[in-house]
Amino acid sequence: MTQHWIDIKNANAVLIMGSNAAEHHPISFKWVLKAKDAGAKVIHVDPKFSRTSARSDLHVPLRSGTDIAFLGGMVKYILENDLIQKEYVAEYTNAAFILGDGYTFEDGLFSGFDPATGKYDKTTWAFAKDEKGVPLRDKTLQNPRCVYQLLKKHYDRYNLDRVSSITGVSKENLLIVYETYSATGKPDKAGTMMYALGWTQHSVGCQNIRLGCMIQLLLGNIGVAGGGVNALRGEPNVQGSTDHALLWHILPGYHAVPTTAWPTLTDYLKANTPVTNDPKSLNWWGNRPKYVVSLLKGWFGDNATAENEFGYGLLPKAEPGVDYASMFQFDRMYEGKIKGGMIFGHNPAVSMPNTHKIRAALKNLDWLVVGEVHDTETASFWRNPSEDPKKIKTEVFLLPSCQRGEKDGTTSNSGRWHQWHHKGYEPAGESRSMGWMLVEIGKRVRALYEKEKGAFPEGLLSHTWPKEYNADEMARMINGVFTRDVTIKDKTYKKGDQVPSFPSLQADGSTTSLNWLYCGCYPEAGKNLAKRRDLTQTPMQAKLGLFPSYTWAWPVNRRILYNRASVDPKGNPFNPELPVILWEGGKWIGDIPDGGAPPMAEEKGTYPFIMQSEGHGHLFGPGRVDGPFPEHYEPAETPIAKNPFSSRMNNPCMKVAKSDMDLLAKPADPKYPIVLTTYSLTEHWCGGGDTRNTPYLLEAEPQQYVEMSHELAAEKGIKNGDVVVVESIRGKVEAIAMVTVRIVPFQVEGKTVHLIGMPFCFGWTTPGVGDATNRLTPSVGDPNTTIPEYKACLVNIRKADKVTELSV
Amino acid sequence: MAKSIFIDTTRCTACRGCQVACKQWHDHEAVPTKQTGTHQNPPDLTPNNFKLVRFSEHKIDGHVHWLFFPDQCRHCLQPACKATADMYVEDAIVVDEATGIVVCTEKTKELTKDQCDEIIDSCPYNIPRRNEISGELVKCDMCIDRVQAGLVPMCVKSCCTGAMSFGEREDMLIKAKLRLTEAQAEIERPKSELETKIACDVHKSCTILDEEDLGVIYFLEMPREMYHQYAGREIKPLNRADFLAGLAKPFKNMLG
Repeated sequence: MTQHWIDIKNANAVLIMGSNAAEHHPISFKWVLKAKDAGAKVIHVDPKFSRTSARSDLHVPLRSGTDIAFLGGMVKYILENDLIQKEYVAEYTNAAFILGDGYTFEDGLFSGFDPATGKYDKTTWAFAKDEKGVPLRDKTLQNPRCVYQLLKKHYDRYNLDRVSSITGVSKENLLIVYETYSATGKPDKAGTMMYALGWTQHSVGCQNIRLGCMIQLLLGNIGVAGGGVNALRGEPNVQGSTDHALLWHILPGYHAVPTTAWPTLTDYLKANTPVTNDPKSLNWWGNRPKYVVSLLKGWFGDNATAENEFGYGLLPKAEPGVDYASMFQFDRMYEGKIKGGMIFGHNPAVSMPNTHKIRAALKNLDWLVVGEVHDTETASFWRNPSEDPKKIKTEVFLLPSCQRGEKDGTTSNSGRWHQWHHKGYEPAGESRSMGWMLVEIGKRVRALYEKEKGAFPEGLLSHTWPKEYNADEMARMINGVFTRDVTIKDKTYKKGDQVPSFPSLQADGSTTSLNWLYCGCYPEAGKNLAKRRDLTQTPMQAKLGLFPSYTWAWPVNRRILYNRASVDPKGNPFNPELPVILWEGGKWIGDIPDGGAPPMAEEKGTYPFIMQSEGHGHLFGPGRVDGPFPEHYEPAETPIAKNPFSSRMNNPCMKVAKSDMDLLAKPADPKYPIVLTTYSLTEHWCGGGDTRNTPYLLEAEPQQYVEMSHELAAEKGIKNGDVVVVESIRGKVEAIAMVTVRIVPFQVEGKTVHLIGMPFCFGWTTPGVGDATNRLTPSVGDPNTTIPEYKACLVNIRKADKVTELSV
Repeated sequence: MAKSIFIDTTRCTACRGCQVACKQWHDHEAVPTKQTGTHQNPPDLTPNNFKLVRFSEHKIDGHVHWLFFPDQCRHCLQPACKATADMYVEDAIVVDEATGIVVCTEKTKELTKDQCDEIIDSCPYNIPRRNEISGELVKCDMCIDRVQAGLVPMCVKSCCTGAMSFGEREDMLIKAKLRLTEAQAEIERPKSELETKIACDVHKSCTILDEEDLGVIYFLEMPREMYHQYAGREIKPLNRADFLAGLAKPFKNMLG
């Protein structure tokens, strides 16, 4: 989130889209209701009417996969009705920047597309620059090549008729939402957007979010109280996981993973350190060398020296252009290219798309180590009821993991709050924390390398390695220490002292930090700020609900990001009733400012969007691989024959797995005319391994179901409670029909399109509850992140003649 | 001083935290359930479910109303269950003097099954349940053990939106009445054309349920019968208790 949970109460309008916040982030709704108490309008745009919709002012049903059309229509509405926050847009976004001559958009494609590779060459997406290399600007926003005018042109096609026809949303509802939400464009009004997997789990996932950000920038809603673009992160510490780089393509602190295209550290840093020639742009990623070197020094300790590029040569390198994401890992596993591996706290045999393929792939492994709290469909894939264990060669080691309450550690919530949790219980039986497991495995593998040498022993042996896992020590190392005596300004730090904050991190090997974002969370011995529970606030902070001394937020305890955009260039708050920062007596008070420089209009003032090289918010966003402006494309499996926005049906850069088990239904396939969306539940987490084994939760939600409209049920002769079979081109799943008024048929491009929804948490290891919904979903993904398109695919449905997966 | 729970159903998101926390505190067994086409599970209160979130969905003029009713014992000021039980086993059901909490004790084991059925039948809200194995009649006890230790009931503790509050009865009554006043004022407030399109006021009918007689007070924003058959009562317990107490008097006199 750019904000934090409590700040939601400060919004004048709450748009919940791509999220079912009340069901999946129940505590968040306390703050949404407080916003409502204060008069905010809460709007829920989502395929089905859920428990979130019940507590919202308005629910707008939307066909799954059409968020860009919906939001594109809102952009057009905002621009045509002149509802932008003018000063904010002209000064703080790249609306005024001028594009080079090479940039075009024609019939669904941006300039630079190579059909052979399915990739864009982004050279033509660059801005026109002056002789100093600073982008040219027209702050009147009239130049036909400025971003503002190109934005207007791009969304011109997103008129009410076309948007209504593709989304299935009535024109009346479109206008209600557009008018209500864009009223937050007034300088003293703020709107917040809450989103989650309903936006991310699409082949256009990143572009969904980009368009939300763009609307927030147009309305001046970023950096202000009650505004922001707020990702509601997953329960299994997804925020902490992504920060510490659980995903393959990043190093902790969001640096790119090294590839063979960057053989030396110098190459890597040159390619990954942006440069700006504008003195008012802080260009914070310009500090990347300090953070990467401190990370390397933290990993390799004394083995990392300036002479050996701090150990960069020891890091494994990815091949450029190869996708190592799970979906393609399993593809390689399916082809027999992977011998063995470890799966920790993850149940791909239930939670990954096209699960028949996943289960087939696992059989090709010689060995598999699973770290889990419970037995799961992944750990026990070899005794799946449809398999003969005698024919499966895989040796599975199941390491019992203890539960979160049985160990010290931290979680990072969606608001970037780094929170310590204390061990409450000794782990049951022989279960251990995963930290303990990894340290022990590492110790023993290192001992083998020391004894037997083997190929490339220094790869592992050069790493510092703890003697035992200790969460507090880990927190200290994540913060970082000085490796020698260092004097910064007039303070001298001794070797071994903890680094006070990331501005003190160096690129010369004098500091370590296992994640620069968290540098400052443990600034001194004995001061683990994640443990703070102090509720003290100044009156200004209390109005905001800032709680600056409760736990610690990255970065540098800043609670609302980009908060320099909450004041005008002279430093006056856009909303004097609810300021986030105030310039008083030559410094900022309130939240930690996003750069301590004076207001922007002063000589030494700086731009607010410090993580962009040019310091301005991206309306035009050349950072994504599939285009600088979000464009409507249909999901990989679509119920319609033609995309009315262009002749490109799908995202031209979409990732697609291509094995013989990866079939896709054709557009408007008559065999599979129904749209399926899949989702989680309040009562069950993810693949369900933990929660199906928690009796009170299974009692509340015992079996696989499918939600459908009365109209569809009538068509198919299905009654509430009947067992039905849902089938896609990839597989079939048994479920209990939940016939409900909360799902309605959509009128799309002149025909009726039905939508059904299913939870994905049920698996065969719990007898009689049903098995993986993901046997239906396709292995296609967003081109930036490879997140699978779980939210929209094509199926059909019928009454079951026999029931094998459910006890009825 | 009498204690009360106030439940504002307009803040309930049916997360079932209360339903599960109650079971956890009372160390109940999990009850086998099946998916029958609803989120409401188990379908009804059981000896192992003192708190149950009830779901009911309606569609009126194209508007969907999905109503949530976190059902539990009302802790009536004049409990009919006690009046009926006293006819057979005195003080099988007691009212705690300090808090007004109505508690089914172990002595309910001495009641026959038929007598238990009669007690359940006398409850206007269909709350107590008989544990077939122990023979006890059981229901919500407002976590009297927690309350006596200065804590709030487990359901209230777990409620994340603040739908449930606990405190002195007087304070909960004030809170309920304030909520009712606010809700009605909001319905009557003149609205812009845009606001009228969003609001669904025309279907609303805000009430507090039977608060004169109950320790657990519900606020609803739609007609009560849309939530649950036994949300509000059909017969006044006062009359019925009197009637039953009247029946009991000669029997007690006989025992001396």
